[in-house]
Amino acid sequence: MPPKKAAAKPNVSAEELLGHYREMLLIRRFEEKAGQLYGMGLIGGFCHLYIGQEAVVVGLEAAAEEGDKRVTSYRDHGHMLACGMDPKGIMAELTGREGGFSKGKGGSMHMFSKEKHFYGGHGIVAAQVPLGAGLAFSDKYKGNDRVTFTYFGDGAANQGQVYETYNMAELWDLPVVFVIENNQYAMGTSVKRSTKSPSLWERGAAYGIPGEEVDGMNVLAVKEAGERAVAHCRAGKGPYILEVKTYRYRGHSMSDPAKYRTREEVQKMRDERDPIEQIREMLLTGKHASDDDLKAIDKEIKAIVNEAAEFSKESPEPALDELWTDIYATEIPQEA
Amino acid sequence: MATEILMPALSPTMEEGTLAKWLVKEGDTVSSGDILAEIETDKATMEFEAVDEGVVGKIVIAEGTESVKVNEVIAILVEEGEDVPEAGAAPAAKDEASAEDTPAKAPAAAAAPAAPVADATPDWDADVEVKQTTVREALRDAMAEEMRRDEDVFLMGEEVAEYQGAYKISQGLLDEFGAKRVIDTPITEHGFAGIGVGAAFGGLKPIVEFMTFNFAMQAIDHIINSAAKTLYMSGGQMGAPMVFRGPNGAAARVGAQHSQDYAAWYMQVPGLKVVMPYSAADAKGLMKTAIRDPNPVIFLENEILYGKSFDVPVMDDFTIPFGKAKIERAGDDVTIVSFGIGMTYALAAAEKLAEDGINAEVINLRSLRPMDTATILASVRKTNRCVTVEEGWPQGSVGGYISSVIMQEAFDYLDAPVITCTGKDVPMPYAANLEKHALLTADEVVEACKQVTYR
Repeated sequence: MPPKKAAAKPNVSAEELLGHYREMLLIRRFEEKAGQLYGMGLIGGFCHLYIGQEAVVVGLEAAAEEGDKRVTSYRDHGHMLACGMDPKGIMAELTGREGGFSKGKGGSMHMFSKEKHFYGGHGIVAAQVPLGAGLAFSDKYKGNDRVTFTYFGDGAANQGQVYETYNMAELWDLPVVFVIENNQYAMGTSVKRSTKSPSLWERGAAYGIPGEEVDGMNVLAVKEAGERAVAHCRAGKGPYILEVKTYRYRGHSMSDPAKYRTREEVQKMRDERDPIEQIREMLLTGKHASDDDLKAIDKEIKAIVNEAAEFSKESPEPALDELWTDIYATEIPQEA
Repeated sequence: MATEILMPALSPTMEEGTLAKWLVKEGDTVSSGDILAEIETDKATMEFEAVDEGVVGKIVIAEGTESVKVNEVIAILVEEGEDVPEAGAAPAAKDEASAEDTPAKAPAAAAAPAAPVADATPDWDADVEVKQTTVREALRDAMAEEMRRDEDVFLMGEEVAEYQGAYKISQGLLDEFGAKRVIDTPITEHGFAGIGVGAAFGGLKPIVEFMTFNFAMQAIDHIINSAAKTLYMSGGQMGAPMVFRGPNGAAARVGAQHSQDYAAWYMQVPGLKVVMPYSAADAKGLMKTAIRDPNPVIFLENEILYGKSFDVPVMDDFTIPFGKAKIERAGDDVTIVSFGIGMTYALAAAEKLAEDGINAEVINLRSLRPMDTATILASVRKTNRCVTVEEGWPQGSVGGYISSVIMQEAFDYLDAPVITCTGKDVPMPYAANLEKHALLTADEVVEACKQVTYR
């Protein structure tokens, strides 16, 4: 199905479209590989894949500037790839190896990068929401114009601390973009079964926070809304809410049989709304790229992902001494 | 090039499963994301998707087969027009089968940090002038000094600014430092504790005041999961240099929900430092150290002690290191170990015991994590007896931990079992007589000391 709104946009360059295509494809292929490695027993525990939601982080990262911060939940691989963290370090963390971003001590749900201003990777649903507001608080305190992207799901949107945070974020005009990634299922419970609110972003109105709903399968629409949100924050007007309507193709985690929805529902989304296919279609119909060009990109991405997978297998397990390190800091880590 | 499709592990505990149904047949073209088969795991029936694209060259395991081991070849994918190789011969598969290989082994040596060493140097030199100061003033002075020293230190909490503190601990701070650094929050502990931790991740050094630690239960997830564990989970990249402070334990006649001692709870958590001052000098010296410490510090104060006066040294920069206990009273007959308000019972008991000719050595722990077990052990090796004193509940108490350390490290020196004096194992009652009975008394400590000295 040809993309609707985005196709009419004449001001999107081929370069930009190709960039989005490449980044979304990297997330998709990375996650497929992670799923495969999980199946082989190389990745353990919980592993929450981002497949289907790629346009959300890629669109918002396109609206971010150097120095902006981001924080999210445990479904975090896409966020890390989109902000430029090395796929090798991410995959090696998934396999629990020394070369991982947390030296193998965090795992799929807990990774961080001071360098890329990525503040985790949090496993308690909605805990990252006040943390994100706190990051924004630190920027406002220091008097810079940075913005923090605070991602959470439709499930987290029913946690009390979200609303405690909304209240203080607006009270103190904190530069935080609250991104509700509404993939329509909190584990197995659909939004309709968890709230009678017609929309989640409108709840911000109770605290005076503006916001909007965004087509999260359309990377250009996400980017555009992200730019509005960021402009609001940078202008010192306080927080902004984006409810990004998206869809997760895979189960909640690897062991989720996903019986709460039909196979047809998932297939329809993949066939009609896929964020990567939409851009691919635009690139081809707009003659921005040939089939061969895209094949070359596919090949390049596959190579990056395979290299990450190889690294994640070859990197040794952490030394046993690591068990006892990083419990206490001896000095305060400096801001990157 | 052919690719082997292996039986996947589809849950953290799956070792084998049933190949319930194939949704593709030999000759079908598949692409990444297509569902290939349904597999029954130990938990549920799962759909299994293709990762690679190609043509299903051969189905190796027929549908309905039970007990298929994880990583067994179940099908072979080939490229268009390619011949199907024998199972096990596909070159790509060998690579992937390295999942079976164990990763490079880590060296075996790994040890917990070494035990502390007793340090009996006094907190300040004998020639330093001292001034009578209340615990309340000492806490305020410590925060003010550190806020003058470091722009990144700020105070947030309920009623800390305009009201000057619910217990007047932050009196005058708003005037001196302004609303940017002394911040009134709404009544929303879970939220502002999380914002405080986030601000610490962002490079600031927050002091988060809880009006009492009873209310910090609303925020305990951020204290433990967000503040204490992040340094470890991030492989040392970022942590939470901050202080959580406020009154802890019983006050007077405020009932069960406002009268709990949380010392033992927080003391259990690696990643936190936990201190509980007794005197004004402890309060000042430990608070300054807490604010400078690059880790999250739980600073447990006590409402009843706020108004008590003690000598505090008149010094430009008086600090007390964590993990250093203070021998408040020397003695040879029995060791009494306590901290915070427990010290009032311990010291009163020591006075009474002295009248009966029993010389108790009283140790003020001050910090519970790290804990100066070296000073406790050195004393017990001298007195051969120990009584611990705290207001908290008996099961899982601080004293319980101390007695286990003594038993493991100085068993041969003990001439009597360690007695742990604690608050009674009940929620705090309101009625004056019952409350008094639920709390510790100095007499109970005296009694315990007599028991271990067989008097």
